[in-house]
Amino acid sequence: MSTTPETAVSSGETGGHGDISVGVSGAGASGDGTASATRITPGNALRPEDIALAVSRGAAKPSEDVAEFALRLGDDALILAQRLGHWISRAPELEEDVALGNIALDELGHARSLLSYAGGLDGRSEDDLAYLRREHEFRSAALFEQPNGDFAVTIARQFVVSYYQFELYRRLTSSTDSTLAGIAAKAVKEVDYHRDHSAQWVLRLALGTDESRQRMIHAFKVIWPYVDELFRDDELTGRLSEAGAAPQPSSLREDFDRLTGEVLAEAELEVPNVQPSPGGGRRGLHSEHLGYILAEMQVLAREYPGASW
Amino acid sequence: MASQTLQSVPAEPSPARDEPSPEDAARLDAEGQAYFDKVMAEDSRIEPRDWMPPAYRKTLLRQISQHAHSEIIGMQPEANWISRAPSLKRKAILMAKVQDEAGHGLYLYSAAETLGQPRDQMMQDLMDGKAKYSSIFNYPARTWADMGAIGWMVDGAAIANQVPLCRASFGPYGRAMVRVCKEESFHQRQGFEILLELSHGTPEQKQMAQDAVNRWYAPALMMFGPPDDDSPNSKQSMAWNIKRFSNDELRNRFVGMMMEQVKVLGLTLPDKDIRFNEETKKWEHGPLDWAEFHEVLAGRGPCNAQRLERRREAHQNGAWVREAAAAYAEKQNRKQAEKVSAA
Repeated sequence: MSTTPETAVSSGETGGHGDISVGVSGAGASGDGTASATRITPGNALRPEDIALAVSRGAAKPSEDVAEFALRLGDDALILAQRLGHWISRAPELEEDVALGNIALDELGHARSLLSYAGGLDGRSEDDLAYLRREHEFRSAALFEQPNGDFAVTIARQFVVSYYQFELYRRLTSSTDSTLAGIAAKAVKEVDYHRDHSAQWVLRLALGTDESRQRMIHAFKVIWPYVDELFRDDELTGRLSEAGAAPQPSSLREDFDRLTGEVLAEAELEVPNVQPSPGGGRRGLHSEHLGYILAEMQVLAREYPGASW
Repeated sequence: MASQTLQSVPAEPSPARDEPSPEDAARLDAEGQAYFDKVMAEDSRIEPRDWMPPAYRKTLLRQISQHAHSEIIGMQPEANWISRAPSLKRKAILMAKVQDEAGHGLYLYSAAETLGQPRDQMMQDLMDGKAKYSSIFNYPARTWADMGAIGWMVDGAAIANQVPLCRASFGPYGRAMVRVCKEESFHQRQGFEILLELSHGTPEQKQMAQDAVNRWYAPALMMFGPPDDDSPNSKQSMAWNIKRFSNDELRNRFVGMMMEQVKVLGLTLPDKDIRFNEETKKWEHGPLDWAEFHEVLAGRGPCNAQRLERRREAHQNGAWVREAAAAYAEKQNRKQAEKVSAA
């Protein structure tokens, strides 16, 4: 059983959504060497650096099961951040460069926290895990690896991800693992914004023009085969659920279906009638896309072994 | 001389009023000019609704929109490294930085819009090659160290240029600059930190840092614009309290700043002629290749075609999204109006 890092606080104490106006410049201006660019919540929000520090001091250490679970969630967030980052400077409007950049930053922040914690098991850092693992050692689900496609595909993917992550993080806030609960408490507020962003775009695109509607319908067809994998239970989630550390993925499905269903109904869309993909990312069996993502992401670490940046 | 009782004169006659007679228009112009002159004399601020000389409006519109375009095009060399940033922390910082630049573009386009030109038109001028942006962004970001050199030198030069602009006589521009400068200062520090890490890293990393500094040095100095004796617009801009210091003055000040900081980095600047002139108490630098500057400005730099094409591509790919958003908003408004009329 782990302990909470000293700086971790529950969501109740941080009061509402982060104010981005005090985010980046605030962190920089504070002169705090451990300040993170991803810190969007003022006050004492849990930052990746706090977790890394707690782990290195031995104040937080995950069990083997929790570490594996944190790796899954961390990899999901990392791979998605890598995908979303591509939109910055390419979005349909400047406002979307900012919005997608924000979502990417949030996901990257979650990834850093989760990977820092997962690495606490055997002393590996977030960067060791991100840059020095091979494809089969990643634990992300196939959905997160899916190419950006056009804006509609990115929105469809984000819509599914944010409704899934919201249900997951919401439940994790009461995890018996207090570090996981702390990470989730920060993440759930951010993911709540992501839900709003993607739901609004689903409505705009589905009810906008004929072209946007066709693209939105197509995008959901492209993305929906990867939905089922998110909600599959396995031995690990069974043990974690038993221990009260994490919910069974299948237990999130009902809320996910209901809430996404409400938006889809308003958008006059139906859940696409497509066959689910078997997935396998949780066991290291990935789509063909991950290799390219990692090749790009890891190139400097591989080219300059042992260098620090 | 302007009297104490002078009032701001609205730039446009209010729509409720009829078109003013030629005599009235001339009188309004004269009153407006008098108020404008008073504001300039008092070093105070002109706001969007105030009368202003057409040339002042034109100059500002050109300068602010170019500044906005520079932010938007300037996202590209750094966005080029987001996917390859060598640590997750660096990746997060870089993402936040490029995102800030989009934000700066937004404030600046908004400031420019108060002068009467819509953002779409400014964007179109950029994509049509009619509007300029800072030439520095037409150089390629070849290595990770370029993220450091861009932050330290390019953003450093931008800060030296922009801090005085916080006092620009046009209110919206000055106010936008206050926020931009705060964020730029963070950007510069992160660039410096990248170089510091590299220069204290492996010999290969140090070499990478030196190479980046060598490549970005001259283009960064040229960001301040042509030498004073070849800068036709500077004098008027200074009279209008838009520009506060001459190009060469700012450039020299920047060189002095870099000379101090490069020592901490343990790197060198690729200029053997840098010296502090004891007589003038100013830093001086070696000759710059202004022919290259004009080549790049004319569109013949290493990345001019690539940068503009990327902007056009993003804009074209996004056209259907913008159309959808507009159509949806219109439908919502119509629904709302129907609800109101039914009630």
